[in-house]
Amino acid sequence: MLEYTDKIREIAARLLKEGTVEMVIGFRKGTVPMMNEPCFVTDAGDVDRLIWDGNCGVNLANYLMDRKEKIGIVAKGCDARNIVTHIVENKIDRDQLFIIGVPCTGMIDRRKVAAAVDGEILEVSEDGHNVSVRGQGFEKVLNRQEVLQQNCSLCIHRNPVISDELVAEEVPEQQGVDRYADVRRIEAMDPEEKWNFFDDLLSECIRCYACRNACPLCYCPTCFVDESRPQWVGKSQDPIDVRTFHFLRAYHCAGRCTDCGACERACPVGINMRVFTKKLEKDCLEKFGWEAGLTTDARPPLDTFRPDDPDDFIK
Amino acid sequence: MKVILIEKAQWEAGVEKARDSYRLFGPVSQGPFHQFRPLAAGQLPDLDYSNTRMSAKELVYPQSEKMFDYTLDKSQPDHHLLKEPQKDYSPRAVLGIRPCDADAFGLVQRNFDTPDYKDPYWIRAREAITLVGYACSAPCSTCFCTSAGSGPFSESGLDVLLVADGDNFLARVITERGEKFMAAAGWDAAAGDDADARIEALRAEAESRIASHIETDNLRSQDTLSLHGAAFWEEVSFACINCGTCTYLCPTCWCFDIQDENRGKQGMRIRNWDSCMFPLFTLHGSGHNPRGKKVQRVRQRFMHKLKYYVDKYEDGIQCVGCGRCVQHCPVNIDIRRVCELMNSYGPSQDACAVAS
Repeated sequence: MLEYTDKIREIAARLLKEGTVEMVIGFRKGTVPMMNEPCFVTDAGDVDRLIWDGNCGVNLANYLMDRKEKIGIVAKGCDARNIVTHIVENKIDRDQLFIIGVPCTGMIDRRKVAAAVDGEILEVSEDGHNVSVRGQGFEKVLNRQEVLQQNCSLCIHRNPVISDELVAEEVPEQQGVDRYADVRRIEAMDPEEKWNFFDDLLSECIRCYACRNACPLCYCPTCFVDESRPQWVGKSQDPIDVRTFHFLRAYHCAGRCTDCGACERACPVGINMRVFTKKLEKDCLEKFGWEAGLTTDARPPLDTFRPDDPDDFIK
Repeated sequence: MKVILIEKAQWEAGVEKARDSYRLFGPVSQGPFHQFRPLAAGQLPDLDYSNTRMSAKELVYPQSEKMFDYTLDKSQPDHHLLKEPQKDYSPRAVLGIRPCDADAFGLVQRNFDTPDYKDPYWIRAREAITLVGYACSAPCSTCFCTSAGSGPFSESGLDVLLVADGDNFLARVITERGEKFMAAAGWDAAAGDDADARIEALRAEAESRIASHIETDNLRSQDTLSLHGAAFWEEVSFACINCGTCTYLCPTCWCFDIQDENRGKQGMRIRNWDSCMFPLFTLHGSGHNPRGKKVQRVRQRFMHKLKYYVDKYEDGIQCVGCGRCVQHCPVNIDIRRVCELMNSYGPSQDACAVAS
């Protein structure tokens, strides 16, 4: 995937020089290992700032909201699905975008890498198969596949579903992936077990809202937790309010979430809140045969009504 | 200052003895990271850590703190009167706090304990707490404490500084509170005459391991309005998602919001940490928001820490260089880089940018 960088720069320079777009949104190298920073380039002379590697997990669709410019955007599989969702939800106009598609082989989970070594990581490099880690007094080579973000290891849409130009040939999609083993494990719990599991899962939450704010779906002008007239949710660390936030946010993402993993990746205390959104993703697949962000021709199941709806209560 | 020698073999017994006089807190492993937690009987602080994920500020200034109870039940004689809840301000000791976190209490004190305003909650909790620090011999690559007015062996805010030295701790007793704690733990063996020199040598070694530095020398003389109007804020703020990670993990961020919460006719007034990253932080009752845009909020955070604070207190920046925000910002906004932009800023840079 590293060779993508040259191609991204080449396309970005061309788009900016020819005036096809006014800005290109991509990543620049981060200041700490395994972290890159979303950035924009408006001058063809600055495209060398753009890079690509396995640390570009932030979902760039989040940066399109309310922009008026013509934008070139670097998009891996999940970003592209969220761009589709934005287009369907009228958050951005397709004609405003030049999508630089990135066939993705998964993003590195910096927590997994950190857990695999003893000591602070000072430098990380990767090739197609391995991730090499260096720290004070140690060096270790890890299998790249084993240190991917969980959502990436379960991803079945690595290639962008929508793009204007791909930076490389498409990559093979992963076959025979069991996407919902963890959801089934929770479904099988009795109510008390489930409750305890959720309590434990959310016990470290500090309500910084990094999960919500990293999510391209969470674009409400005022989130329900921030409403003050009326105030729906308390602001303290009361576990009821913490749970309310997480549960309700997940429901707001039902049928829209692409499991890009931005929420989990952003969390400063390592909460896997994806188990909530994945349960709803599984329901949408089973009940409506729906996967989010695959086409601009259909609306998500929960924001449509069809006269032939089989349920009586809605008629 | 007195230096006491504690053999590591005596550590556990001393901690248990101190428990008779203090409620103890310390770093505890929570899986992938450490957090400050109350230490149960028999539980030792886990000193094999670089720094806790959340800072120590919550020990004095909890994320959510009840200020008052009240009832709305008019059949009660004291209805609609605010009543102070019972709180436990008995002596507490934090074992193994890093010097940067202890230093931060001094910065936060400037907000909560001023000649004009005294915050009773913060002050009482701070007075009840004894800080037994643990010097950093292996700082992280993101630590820049030595150029942020602190350091791996900084004693500011601490009552005792523990320095690991082979099979022993050298404990420098800094305050009277520290002396009381050492007496309660029964540690009284004076270290040899060379103890101070030994600590100084270890300090120099630790400081030389700090690889990250910031320049702050021009911040004070920078013109506030030009800095405020600098072009780089658009670029600095682009990636920001306006979450509260930086402010909540920061040991020196002190802002809070006050809320009344009722359940039936019973209610309580609570104060919760707030964050200048949130739009709600500045939303007026009228609906107007003076910091309605992301770029304004990001600028506010850095201007507060690196300019307004510097100008107001004339004693350095509102940062101790712990590096938490650098490590955990979900989109890699790095205060060291922003500080460099602010410190080296000259209005001519923008003029050049326009000209090119």
